Amino acid sequence: MSVPAASEPSAPSARKMAKRRGVGGELLRRPLALVGLFIIAVTVAGAVFAPYVAGYGPNEQLFDGLSLLGEPMAPGGAFPLGTDLLGRDLLTRILYGARTSLIIGIAANGVALAIGTLVGVTAGFYRGWIGTILMRFTDLMMAFPALLLAICLAAVLSPSLWIVALVIALVNWVQTARVVFTETSSLSRREFIDAERAMGASTGRILFRHILPHLLPTIIVWGTLGISTTVLLEATLSYLGVGVQPPTPSWGNIIFENQTYFQAAPWLVFFPGIAILALALAFNLVGDALRDILDPTQRGRF
Amino acid sequence: MVVYIARRLVQAVLILLGVSVITFALLYMLPADPVRQIAGRSATAQTVENIRRELGLDQPFLVQYGRYLLGILHGDLGRSYLQRTEVSSLIAARLPASLLLMAGAIVCELILGLTMGLFAALKRGTATDQALMVGSFIGVSAPQFVVGLLLLYLFAVRLGWFPIGGYGTFAHLVLPSITLGILGAGWYSRMMRSSMVDVMRQDFIRTARAKGLARSTILFRHALPNAILPVIAMIGIDIGLFMSGIVVVESVFGWPGIGQLAWQAIQRVDIPIIMGVTLVSACAIVLGNLLADLVSPLIDPRIKLQ
Repeated sequence: MSVPAASEPSAPSARKMAKRRGVGGELLRRPLALVGLFIIAVTVAGAVFAPYVAGYGPNEQLFDGLSLLGEPMAPGGAFPLGTDLLGRDLLTRILYGARTSLIIGIAANGVALAIGTLVGVTAGFYRGWIGTILMRFTDLMMAFPALLLAICLAAVLSPSLWIVALVIALVNWVQTARVVFTETSSLSRREFIDAERAMGASTGRILFRHILPHLLPTIIVWGTLGISTTVLLEATLSYLGVGVQPPTPSWGNIIFENQTYFQAAPWLVFFPGIAILALALAFNLVGDALRDILDPTQRGRF
Repeated sequence: MVVYIARRLVQAVLILLGVSVITFALLYMLPADPVRQIAGRSATAQTVENIRRELGLDQPFLVQYGRYLLGILHGDLGRSYLQRTEVSSLIAARLPASLLLMAGAIVCELILGLTMGLFAALKRGTATDQALMVGSFIGVSAPQFVVGLLLLYLFAVRLGWFPIGGYGTFAHLVLPSITLGILGAGWYSRMMRSSMVDVMRQDFIRTARAKGLARSTILFRHALPNAILPVIAMIGIDIGLFMSGIVVVESVFGWPGIGQLAWQAIQRVDIPIIMGVTLVSACAIVLGNLLADLVSPLIDPRIKLQ
């Protein structure tokens, strides 16, 4: 066991370094985080510039997009990633699909984060009966099989892009609420909060000047990791046919539409699948690096 | 201890009651009319009304829910709208397949996750460690339906080592188990790594080393048992991941478990089945969490139940 203790920086010095360089600078020094940031940047660029990068329209059924036998074209030539069952260019659909993933990833996760923080802070700060009710409700949500709940909600609300985002938010806020609750309730018991109260600070001042700034690192870390969960859930719902509906392209529904043909045309599963994996991985890598930087007590643990 | 378990069981019953209310209300609000599904397109308005009355669907929400709850107290989960069979016997017939799949997944995730985590901890700070942890991130980030379809393509279609979906022999079990287990393997390898790193820092390991014990003895007799137990205790919490995972994995592989049952029921608006599977899943999740909480103080006496 000759693990050199010096290979990992001790917590206080690392924190000092992080302060001097800023979180962004610290992030850029980590190769894995860089890989994650690169993937995110490429995805965002692809989504924003889709009309200029893509050779075709997202729903354009191309005359030469199917073989003479009516089969999808294999990758290569005019169609770098091949074409789908309806003769549409797969690369174009994946680029436009990036919009769906990113919009839902950011919107759904933002709403989930807001609900989770609100519930967690309220329960942790006021405790008492409000706190008990809120946390019991959170326990209740934890007992739901998440995917079944999401499928039922989507079925009730009949899916569109924003409804899918809402459904995911309604399922995913629970984890954030638990973490924020634990942090808030331990924070609000600390002496500096007592001191603040003794000096006659208003609840609003305590919440916004003292509690929320302390929660910010947790919220940033969970917000980043949460996008990854959201992207995966959206893809799964769309794959099952209850998420984003065709013809709006989403990486999940591209696979849903083409899976009957995947033995003959595996690229129709492979390329969108890799896109989902890469984006989810990217947000996980960046989120993990942020946790490392912002919360030195967790360093090397997960 | 007894008081603790009793209190947790009461809580569990309340939670399940809540789950049943929310699910029932959601399904009540479904825009698709289950009666139309049963009656078929050509049914007259009179037939539709008769079926509605027969199923008690003409009653107000509270009456319907009350009847359902009374049924549960008698162990009756209602009858499937379309198959006219008891939901409880449908679930009982499908449950063994799902349990088998989950057992397979637990084996996969433990073998994969624990070895990866152990190696990463032993090679801590090296490129191997980094590579293994990237691997664990990939496991956590890989959508299960993509993993399943790609495994099917590679090992069943191209190589022909395993059957293309279905149920029955051990060969049928392999690919679905791996697919369902990969997510957990990602989590386990990270937990195993951190647990092992923690244990290797402890005084008793230093003592063992000072006594001049062989490295392998220290690792396998002293460190590993201590590092592995808290990780194994997490299996109870896995149930939640599995209950979502089986819906996808069973539909990809045509595995006749409760996940597939639920998925087919959702497509046919067969509400009693959806209710039944959701409740059984929620039961499993609550019991799994309770089990995980009960096991941890047995493994580590410093943890106190409160």
